[in-house]
Amino acid sequence: MKLIHKEIDKGGQGVVTLIPEEPEDMWHAYNLITEGDAVKSSTIRKVQSESSTGSSTSNRVRTILTITVESIDFDTQACMLRLKGRNIEENQYVKMGAYHTLDLELNRKFTLRKPEWDSVTLERIEMACDPTKSADVASVIMQEGLAYVCLITSSMTLVRAKIDVNIPRKRKGFAQQHEKGLTKFYEQVMQAILRHIDFDVVKCILIASPGFVRDQFFEYMFQMAVKLDNKLLLENKSKFMLVHASSGFKHSLKEVLQDPAVIVKMSDTKAAGEVKALEQFYTTLQCEPAKAFYGKKHIEIANEAQAIEMLLISDKLFRCEDVKLRKEYVHIVDTVRESGGDVRIFSSMHVSGEQLEQLTGIAAILRFPMPELEEDSDDEENS
Amino acid sequence: MARHRDIRNMDYEDEYDGYDDIYGHSVDDDYYISPSNRQFIYNRENSRDSRFEHEDDIQEVDEFDELSDTDKAKLNSCIDQVKDTLGHVGVPKSQLVNLILTNKFNVELVINAILENSKSNPAAKDKVQLVPPTLATAKVVASTATATNVVKGFDLPQEVNQQRNAETPQKGLDFSFKFNSGSPRSQSPASGRGTPVSGTSAEGEEPRVGRREAKIDPEIQYRKERGNGKEHLYMVVIGHVDAGKSTLMGRLLCELGQVNKKTMHKYEQDSKKVGKQSFMYAWVLDETGEERNRGITMDVGRFLFETKSKQVTLLDAPGHKDFIPNMISGAAQADVGLLVVDATRGEFETGFDLGGQTREHAFLVRSLGVNQLAVAINKLDTVSWSQDRFEEILQKLKSFLKQAGFKESDVTFVPCSGLTGQNLIKAPTENELLRWYNGPCLIDVIDKFRSPSRPVTKPFRFSINDVFKGTGSGFCVDGRIETGVVNIGDKVLVCPNREQANVKSLSVDESPKTVAFAGDQATITLAGIDMQNVSIGNILCHLQTPVPVSNKFEARIVVFNISLPITKGYSIILHHQSLVEPAVVSKLTSQLNKSTGELQKKHPRFLTKNSSAIVEITVSKLIALEVYSDCKELGRVMLRVGGVTIAAGLITRIIL
Repeated sequence: MKLIHKEIDKGGQGVVTLIPEEPEDMWHAYNLITEGDAVKSSTIRKVQSESSTGSSTSNRVRTILTITVESIDFDTQACMLRLKGRNIEENQYVKMGAYHTLDLELNRKFTLRKPEWDSVTLERIEMACDPTKSADVASVIMQEGLAYVCLITSSMTLVRAKIDVNIPRKRKGFAQQHEKGLTKFYEQVMQAILRHIDFDVVKCILIASPGFVRDQFFEYMFQMAVKLDNKLLLENKSKFMLVHASSGFKHSLKEVLQDPAVIVKMSDTKAAGEVKALEQFYTTLQCEPAKAFYGKKHIEIANEAQAIEMLLISDKLFRCEDVKLRKEYVHIVDTVRESGGDVRIFSSMHVSGEQLEQLTGIAAILRFPMPELEEDSDDEENS
Repeated sequence: MARHRDIRNMDYEDEYDGYDDIYGHSVDDDYYISPSNRQFIYNRENSRDSRFEHEDDIQEVDEFDELSDTDKAKLNSCIDQVKDTLGHVGVPKSQLVNLILTNKFNVELVINAILENSKSNPAAKDKVQLVPPTLATAKVVASTATATNVVKGFDLPQEVNQQRNAETPQKGLDFSFKFNSGSPRSQSPASGRGTPVSGTSAEGEEPRVGRREAKIDPEIQYRKERGNGKEHLYMVVIGHVDAGKSTLMGRLLCELGQVNKKTMHKYEQDSKKVGKQSFMYAWVLDETGEERNRGITMDVGRFLFETKSKQVTLLDAPGHKDFIPNMISGAAQADVGLLVVDATRGEFETGFDLGGQTREHAFLVRSLGVNQLAVAINKLDTVSWSQDRFEEILQKLKSFLKQAGFKESDVTFVPCSGLTGQNLIKAPTENELLRWYNGPCLIDVIDKFRSPSRPVTKPFRFSINDVFKGTGSGFCVDGRIETGVVNIGDKVLVCPNREQANVKSLSVDESPKTVAFAGDQATITLAGIDMQNVSIGNILCHLQTPVPVSNKFEARIVVFNISLPITKGYSIILHHQSLVEPAVVSKLTSQLNKSTGELQKKHPRFLTKNSSAIVEITVSKLIALEVYSDCKELGRVMLRVGGVTIAAGLITRIIL
């Protein structure tokens, strides 16, 4: 993302102009724009015009429109962001108050006006415009009969393909069915890799599985590559990395990202950092239950006591439609920062973020134990 | 073609059982048949009529027709009179007509006869309605004997009892069989209790009778089919990787003569070639190249063998921790377990102490319903049959197994050596072992396992653990019949998709059968459904008794030794029978006291190790499951995370 222009007054009101450059920037934009904001962008609109004789013609015109956002749609697969709302700046084609749906496009600037820019959104812009990005990683997580081909970017895990095949078990006398099923499965996974992974962008491809599936697959893939003379695969052989995972389900990605060998290779990407933070939270919960809490109510009490050392919060909470609620969350983040705490905003597109989301979306590790909080909760819930 | 064959084999009585309207009946069948085609077209209506002939009202009319006009008029007036005096007549009309005819239109006699009948035989009243109405009262005895089974047969002796009042019902039962022995068909219901079917009596009639009985009382059928054979037992072999499970079992099978010498010789030569001679016995069970090359079992191996009193199906589970999902699907089918531990110094310790599979496996099989366990302390030859070592391991395991929930009386310890074959099927020959051990050998221990009762009377449930193309048309599913009975030709529902299919053929242990019972490891060929729509972990059930389907349920779980606590939103992998599915602990309802089951805390924030709790689990997609109290087999779940089993649970409530 490129920041073109930023003008925010003391009260927090202001305008920001940005150019999204990568699909991932759409995700950032999705997290920036909330309902009620005004967005100005170039768009295509079908305009109907009536000639003096009464015949009407319609043609598509490219025009610049400003709308107040009423609803936001984000397609995670295509990374497309659509904003629906009413026109607030009349021009020659579109009347005031007419509905229009803006499709934000890559490499076209858009201007976003918010009544109030808070710390979280400003931080998001900073993060989005940070050019020092860590490597893009592709990951194939598989077990016999099941495979996910994922792309892991700094703030998103995108499932590009899921392959779910029924492989007959080995039985006495006819193992061919099993072998045949397996070969077919490997073939499908290989095709998915070729189709969905862009070897120019991706720096590393992790192949994770329990047992020997990864080794078998790797062997198969390169046998086939040699046979078919697939240069692309052969040239990028060094990018592949075989890692252990306990299963082929998507959430095993957590284990993969914790593998020391992977951490070294990926340096400190956001995904790995998030997994580590969540792990830390769980460890604290196990060892010192009075120092780890989740749920908004507990966190708020702990925050008042300035007890929060590390706050884990899912970005989904900031996307909520309720402005008041959002403000409360922003307030928590701000005060934790003020009191010297560490705030980790989890991307809800990562596996760890998904888990945090299930865990009410907000959790914290405290500086000192607050056992009274534990008892508190009991009373409240019992009554 | 297939449609015609189907129709011919269909048992309409079963088929229409429970349906009010005529199922699968098209209006077109009745009306749009061109006359020239008629003879080639199978008319369902007609065939139904012919089958139900004896039960139809038509005959009643026929009887009327036989009478002269005056008699008819007399009859009608008689019926009216009877109705007037008795109000509602508790006797079918046909019977009434018979009574009137036998009593020669004497109304009083008829009424007396009816009253007497209903007074003396109140229990028989219900039954009378079951009996085809056209049968005369005199015939009732014989007809019930053929059509009903023992349970209903209790009514039968009552008729006899009327004449000989002194008999108790139990005795009466015996008596009735004697009484009936004149009629050849009547033998079939009685022949269940251990007595082999003589075979000569009514051979042709039997399958049909048996079939009808299956719907009514599968227990009889079960006794009949399986009562005289050896008891069947499923035994899973578990233990840490490289404890020698496959080798021990391979050796056992060799000694029992289940593997022929030629094959064994081949294994010996081949394994020598690869340089892994010690694996030669393991090769009996590890059959694929992959398993042999790597020297570890990867999927459950099966083998059938017999002991003195039992027929045992051996399930050789993989010990490696990455293959625990396979081990779970194997152990879910087992009745009893054989835990193999390595007695070598250091090896036992690595397998037993944290991180080893000995503990996890034992916990798993216990949670999967295995409650009898034999512990084979293997490789004792490496410690020169030291009694101290044996005792040391025994003490450690004893306390652990007790903690895991095994009764002390249900656990037997056997010292042995798989590779040298000591104490497997014969008493040991090794002097050092003989000095201190005089207990049973392994095969005796296996023989002494009690085989569990098979819940054949419960609704049919079959869990699929393999789907493959068989020979011929259709495709096969492999799995275990958890409860109930299945016959060829049954219509089944594949849950959770709720797709209908037909059972085309059945086989148990690779021999074709017409009927299979709870506990059997069966291969079912399905027709009328696409292979794509059936997957591992699906449940088959009968149309009339569908299995509940949901993606959310409440379970009482016992948390094992875990390093990270379970919180709300914890993502887990759920194992239910052969099904493996990602799931989320969506709610922690309450924490319970582990030993007493009392409520300790409502809405706990998290669950730590070795606790017990009630939680709500949401699965990523619909699955077929049952409440534990309804069906033990389908009411058990395992929760795993990151290759470690974190908890075992019992489903207490299905949330729809």
